Amino acid sequence: MGNNSKLLIGPINLNNPITVQILGICSALAVTVKLMPAIVMGISVTIVTAMGNVIISMLRNSIPSRIRIIVQLLVVAALVIVVDQILKAYVYDISKQLSVFVGLIITNCIIMGRLEAFALGNKPWQSFLDGIGNGGGYALILIIVAFIRELFGSGSVAGFAVFGEKAGENPATGLYSIGYADNGLVILPPMALIVVGVIIWVQRARTRELIED
Amino acid sequence: MKLDTNSNIYTIIYSVVLVTIVAAGLAFTAISLQPAQDANVRIEKMQNILQSVGIETTSANAEDTYNKFITKQFAVNEKGETVIEGKNEAEKKKVFEINMKLEGKNIADKKSVTLPVYEAILEDGSVKTIIPLRGKGLWGPIWGYISLNEDFNTISGAVFDHKGETPGLGADINTDWFEKQFKGKTLFEGDKMVSVTAHKGGTGAAAALGDTKHGVDAISGGTITSKGLEAMMKDDWLFAYKNFLSKQVKK
Repeated sequence: MGNNSKLLIGPINLNNPITVQILGICSALAVTVKLMPAIVMGISVTIVTAMGNVIISMLRNSIPSRIRIIVQLLVVAALVIVVDQILKAYVYDISKQLSVFVGLIITNCIIMGRLEAFALGNKPWQSFLDGIGNGGGYALILIIVAFIRELFGSGSVAGFAVFGEKAGENPATGLYSIGYADNGLVILPPMALIVVGVIIWVQRARTRELIED
Repeated sequence: MKLDTNSNIYTIIYSVVLVTIVAAGLAFTAISLQPAQDANVRIEKMQNILQSVGIETTSANAEDTYNKFITKQFAVNEKGETVIEGKNEAEKKKVFEINMKLEGKNIADKKSVTLPVYEAILEDGSVKTIIPLRGKGLWGPIWGYISLNEDFNTISGAVFDHKGETPGLGADINTDWFEKQFKGKTLFEGDKMVSVTAHKGGTGAAAALGDTKHGVDAISGGTITSKGLEAMMKDDWLFAYKNFLSKQVKK
């Protein structure tokens, strides 16, 4: 595997930002109640990480080291605002679903982490691949967690009811008619942490080299 | 000569230049995307108003449908007097663009208000009066539209939305099952305006309490949003229409 493809593939599994680097946990708890917002969030974070990485990498030799964190923050904040504005102008419905979470991309530790750890010391193209890889690794975990939480918490996948209709105006159908109920705990943030924990467990059980002594 | 990137002068100039570039870039983005964003907000408002009388639209046909069914838009004050008649396009636009946030504050401060009212004539000939609402949720504003039947008392439809309520909990105020509960509820009990109360205790809470005329089930886990919504149906907003509605209501 070449170095460049390692940058792209590594963060998906062996160097995953959430399950191995344990970064970006905060938003993994917040936006994973439903699948659709999680997907758009994953895409937005990937774009911001990649673009931020490229910009910081291009500026890396000129940034005064004493204010480098502020410069990184400025670049990330500007990118996030642009993404937010574009979503509002062209995909209004999805932008509404994500609401405050787009703004919260700024606080995503993965982005600052990659800028500080990678982009400051590497060329733009490598930084771009690293950004895409890390964003992708983040998105993957987000989607897995959101899938599980939406399925068991709301009984649907991306808005489509899979367990049948809940009782309301019409009597319940499918699983709900034989007494199944959604699990309220799955909706709450602690469950996201438990799901992430289970994913980490499974990943380490399958990949021996991740286990520290 | 090699530039010393750690000198104070360099640091200051660097930050000034960078901030200026970023500020200019953001200002440009915001201004160039503003018309598209405003149009989205306007279209969404029209869709919401139509939805409250049971007409579903897409963002493409919302404006035409709106102009077809919404026949009147005017504004009333807290005494129930018409203050903007909405006779021409300019006045209609004024009604449509009433600053709801500001009026909400005026209601809280017991100042004079200008509150919008819309009227729709549906395909079956029935006339619905649509009243927009605005209130406070847990994280930010919530708003909605209720449509009233010709008796100015029975709710024929309701639509709610929010800026940033918790997904799966408070955010459920914009789901069908919650909105459908409002259909058929009445605002008046005798001469008294009681509006709608959200009862805690999950599905069937309102029915268990015997409050089928003015009660709906609140959202489990969305207590503060439900309370905010109830306040919006009462003191925070709807009670400001009391005099207007009392004049028209047929019991």
